[in-house]
Amino acid sequence: MPQTKPDGVTPSQTVGPYFAYGLTPGGKYDWNDAFNNNLVTPDTSGERIRVEGTVFDGDGVPVVDCMLEIWQADAQGRFSDPQDKRALPNTSFKGFGRIGTDAKGGYAFNTIKPGVVPDPDGKPQAPHILLAVFARGMLLHLYSRIYFDGEAANAADPVLALVPADRRSTLIATRRPGNGNPVYRFDIHLQGDNETVFFDV
Amino acid sequence: MTLVYPVQSLAAHPPRLSPAYKSTVKRSPFKPLIPMRHTLSELTGPVYGHETVRANDHDLTVHGKGEPIGERIIVHGHVLDEDGRGVPNTLVELWQANACGRYVHVVDQHPAPLDPNFTGAGRAQTDAQGYYRFITIKPGAYPWGNHHNAWRPAHIHFSVFGHSFVSRLVTQMYFPGDPLFPFDPIFNSVTDEKARNRMISSFDLENTRPDWALCYRFNIVLRGRSATPMENS
Repeated sequence: MPQTKPDGVTPSQTVGPYFAYGLTPGGKYDWNDAFNNNLVTPDTSGERIRVEGTVFDGDGVPVVDCMLEIWQADAQGRFSDPQDKRALPNTSFKGFGRIGTDAKGGYAFNTIKPGVVPDPDGKPQAPHILLAVFARGMLLHLYSRIYFDGEAANAADPVLALVPADRRSTLIATRRPGNGNPVYRFDIHLQGDNETVFFDV
Repeated sequence: MTLVYPVQSLAAHPPRLSPAYKSTVKRSPFKPLIPMRHTLSELTGPVYGHETVRANDHDLTVHGKGEPIGERIIVHGHVLDEDGRGVPNTLVELWQANACGRYVHVVDQHPAPLDPNFTGAGRAQTDAQGYYRFITIKPGAYPWGNHHNAWRPAHIHFSVFGHSFVSRLVTQMYFPGDPLFPFDPIFNSVTDEKARNRMISSFDLENTRPDWALCYRFNIVLRGRSATPMENS
């Protein structure tokens, strides 16, 4: 082990334009995926949903070399992490997904609607998914949250309450009728008009 | 073990808008980020270990039919928290160019050859002390279109998880003494010299394998301190 205490964290650097063959090969490269955009296994409980959207830069141009990661609770509001002492053992739901945007800047995750997670005061937070955004031109990833259209709990959510009212809609995925599972649309604007709210965590 | 993730730790990171690195200009938010308290959502994170990492995933020199061309090296070190404790059983992913500075990515058109025996992707899990180890080929420098005669210093991209979703880190490991350092806007986006130097690996003669591979050490320090104050104030 190193003998001296570190004098600080290792600085972040951009993921760059060429991460795909290492982090999101998706069958296009000679490497296997550690993670993908499907969080659902056959025995996962909860409402199956699809979250999809497009990532845009400050000129409104789709970002075709973006990597998105999500982290969320299961349908009971519990995290697949031993640090969450309420977690059920042996759950197959891992709660983590990763995908690279396609040639049109698009992305999608197949997952389940997360349950309610308490805030540090024990008050309920509205159902939400954590989002981390990485790309060429981003020296440090950005954190955001995906909330859900039509959730009454959004009105009392302690984190949404920190956001100026006229920007809250950027954090709320809009439900679209579909033939199968519900689809929630969540576009990400890195900069400019309709800029997505990002959190300093 | 309960950890806290001080926001002050983020000061080591580069500013998102670093205009010398041109792609940051349209890809950094205009509006200030909104501070918030960490909840269980931020303080937990994905747990992936041995089931994700196969036997030779850490050895990038055995992924082809034969040996890749280039300078064989060992890259190893510890993943640590801010108090210097090893981060055990956490996933470390890396990707890099080959010895010629060419990536296998379809978008890379640098006119240097691909190596049929080298893809440049690897992953490892830290052990109970936070230690990881890779075997690979020293990557070459490569040109990029950021400005006239722009070349990236030789580097290896690292992706590390740590204990929570807010300890997540993607960074680049550099090699000591690279003459391209003063000219690279990505490396120099980290304005504090001490912080910048934490991205440079150290030559590790002691762990070199004679007649086989040189060795570099790269310790990665993630956010996170013990929740119990270390000193009385």
